[in-house]
Amino acid sequence: MSLCKAAHGTIPVMSQTHADYRLSQLDQLEAESIHIFREVAAEFEKPVLMFSGGKDSIVMLRLAEKAFYPAKIPFPVLQVDTGLDFPEVLETRDRWVNRLGVNLVVASIDDAIASGVVIDDGKTSRNRMQIGTLLNAIEENGFTAAFGGGRRDEEKARAKERVYSHRDEFGQWDPKNQRPELWSLYNGRLHEGEHMRIFPISNWTELDVWDYIGREGIEIPDIYFSHQRRVFVRDGMLMSETPLNPMRDGEVAEERTVRFRTCGDITLTGCVESTASTIDEIIEEIAVAKLTERGATRGDDRFSEAAMEDRKKEGYF
Amino acid sequence: MADTTGATKGTNMDLLRFATAGSVDDGKSTLIGRLLLDSKSIFEDQLEAVEATSTSKGYDYTDLALLTDGLRSEREQGITIDVAYRYFATPNRKFIIADTPGHVQYTRNMVTGASTADLGLVLVDARQGLTEQSRRHAVILSLLRVPHLVLAVNKMDLVDFSEEIYEKIHAEFTQFATKLNIPDLEVIPISALNGDNVVNRSENMDWYSGPTLMHHLEHVHVASDRDLIDARFPVQFVIRPKSDEFHDYRGYAGQVAGGVLKPGDEVVVLPSGMTSKISKIDLFDQEIPEAFPPMSVTVHLEDDVDVSRGDMIARVKNAPEPRQDIDAMVCWMTTTPLKPRQKLAIKHTTRTGRALVKDIQYRLDVNTLHRDQETKELGVNEIGRVQLRTTVPLLSDPYSKNRATGSFILIDEATGVTVGAGMING
Ligand SMILES: Nc1nc2c(ncn2[C@@H]2O[C@H](COP(=O)(O)OP(=O)(O)OP(=O)(O)O)[C@@H](O)[C@H]2O)c(=O)[nH]1
Ligand SMILES: [Mg+2]
Repeated sequence: MSLCKAAHGTIPVMSQTHADYRLSQLDQLEAESIHIFREVAAEFEKPVLMFSGGKDSIVMLRLAEKAFYPAKIPFPVLQVDTGLDFPEVLETRDRWVNRLGVNLVVASIDDAIASGVVIDDGKTSRNRMQIGTLLNAIEENGFTAAFGGGRRDEEKARAKERVYSHRDEFGQWDPKNQRPELWSLYNGRLHEGEHMRIFPISNWTELDVWDYIGREGIEIPDIYFSHQRRVFVRDGMLMSETPLNPMRDGEVAEERTVRFRTCGDITLTGCVESTASTIDEIIEEIAVAKLTERGATRGDDRFSEAAMEDRKKEGYF
Repeated sequence: MADTTGATKGTNMDLLRFATAGSVDDGKSTLIGRLLLDSKSIFEDQLEAVEATSTSKGYDYTDLALLTDGLRSEREQGITIDVAYRYFATPNRKFIIADTPGHVQYTRNMVTGASTADLGLVLVDARQGLTEQSRRHAVILSLLRVPHLVLAVNKMDLVDFSEEIYEKIHAEFTQFATKLNIPDLEVIPISALNGDNVVNRSENMDWYSGPTLMHHLEHVHVASDRDLIDARFPVQFVIRPKSDEFHDYRGYAGQVAGGVLKPGDEVVVLPSGMTSKISKIDLFDQEIPEAFPPMSVTVHLEDDVDVSRGDMIARVKNAPEPRQDIDAMVCWMTTTPLKPRQKLAIKHTTRTGRALVKDIQYRLDVNTLHRDQETKELGVNEIGRVQLRTTVPLLSDPYSKNRATGSFILIDEATGVTVGAGMING
């Protein structure tokens, strides 16, 4: 097939000829995800795309762009501002939002604390406080469907979740009582006050996400690529030196060559030592990685075997 | 992960979706754990967590089922409750695994996992042979038209790797399978726990000369399972940009459900029956020469005909007959039984409507395949032949011809829950 000029850079439209009418697995995943986006846009009154600025949510934005092109994405984008986001991530977010002309809704944890929606008792992590902030934003705006970039390969509680994941009026997930989900016939029925979480990239792996970013030639935050950064070791993870995350006694910062595998809260997201500075090098690195992306670099998932399940039940992304 | 890919490989691999099936404790989750482990798709932190849990529970060996049993209650009870989706890849193929529960109470979750599978992997415990549940699952897989089936005779280590036992189960299953629709069957003796014939060939079963499970999964041919003859395009969404640049753009977005669509094709829009020609097909910002399943594309027509969500675009000389009287096999998934006169919501392709149960012709006994015409209702996890009358015409094909246009779900209008899965006869 011919080469074409895509939004960013030159990419092959489809890598193979269609003599045998086969789609590569990546094209099949893309087609499935686009189908889900369109289904939700058609059936829900008020969808929203939850956007963290990380690679998965960028892939989601790209898929939404493709699903409705040349029309604009027919729903807004929602970000929970933890006050602990990487500045590079926010910059990338703004560029994407501007380019696509989508409406950005920011729900800030600080505002939620100020208005008493969530309570900062000094013990609850910001990561947990995201849950209340998010649920409040969904309720206040009357969103009936919220797209998330969760992938089933990330974590074993996520591996159990449906593409359309039903939430009751308290925003809770009931993992033992999920609706059957057959073929690609999604059931979006809701009662007043309930909403649906939608996971269009459920079947993508970390490697698929990278393959896709490489193929599409799309922009992601620089922190995914190798760079010099002052870091210190905490709980076996390399954490960024930043005033947002004061160092404790005995912790010393030094400059290392690192990159991030996930983008979360700056106080909980560790980086890995890496010289991978291109997508291909990242793919090579992941192919031989010995730890999962969350196990390696996410403080929020390391507390217990059921850390993710418990947060998800309460209404986490 | 070893056998994985570079950028170019990943974008060219094909895809096999498979689902496990079989009775409780036959070793489905253990087998998936073993497949992931031996194909080096397990990360150190995942394995360490599972080893630690096994030790703390006082097990003699690492319980590989813990790799997929991701819910707290599953780990507590040592059973699978809901489908877990797992992923791994070998150089030429990516695998999406649905590890389903064996417990009869959770059959609906098994059906969920199997509905999209290209291959069903039924496990039996070599000590017990076929059980009612293994038969039920084989029947469900055949009704769902999962085109490839593997019977894995598991726990061979507990029967001294006996060829005789394998042969007996093989024969018994083949006998049962003649009554089902199973186009492709492979029977493999394994030990999920120890890994015999899973990825590596067993040294304990010289008498077996067939493929290992992994070899079979890597080589089974799935590309020809789709219908490339009968063009079917259910319209999902109408794209109207309402911008100056694309002022007159009007495209019909959807996923090709069958056949090949090309610009210039003479098409009919159902149910209205209006005809037109495809003027172009878009994939994002590109015009493409043809579209086929399962591509998500945007189709444009030459004439300004009325097309909206729920309509179907098909070829003029090859279109489904719009139908309100539906004859289907229904798998019932909730505790309140399905009865004649009941009203439900129905979703078929991108169409939604209501359906009235006119008759329950028979209930299928999954053990004997006997058609019970006395019982005029379907209990939870039961399967039967049902006649429905729908408020909107369905633009359907027999499920045996097309899984996408032959399937529907039934929704309880009060609770909003999916309560039935239907496969249209024809
Ligand atoms: N000796 C032996 N034990 C096995 C083998 N395969 C599985 N087991 C054991 O059988 C028990 C049940 O295994 P699971 O993998 O949880 O069974 P399952 O089929 O997933 O069960 P459900 O998902 O609840 O239906 C566990 O204790 C396993 O360790 C095998 O090949 N040999
Ligand atoms: Mg299991």
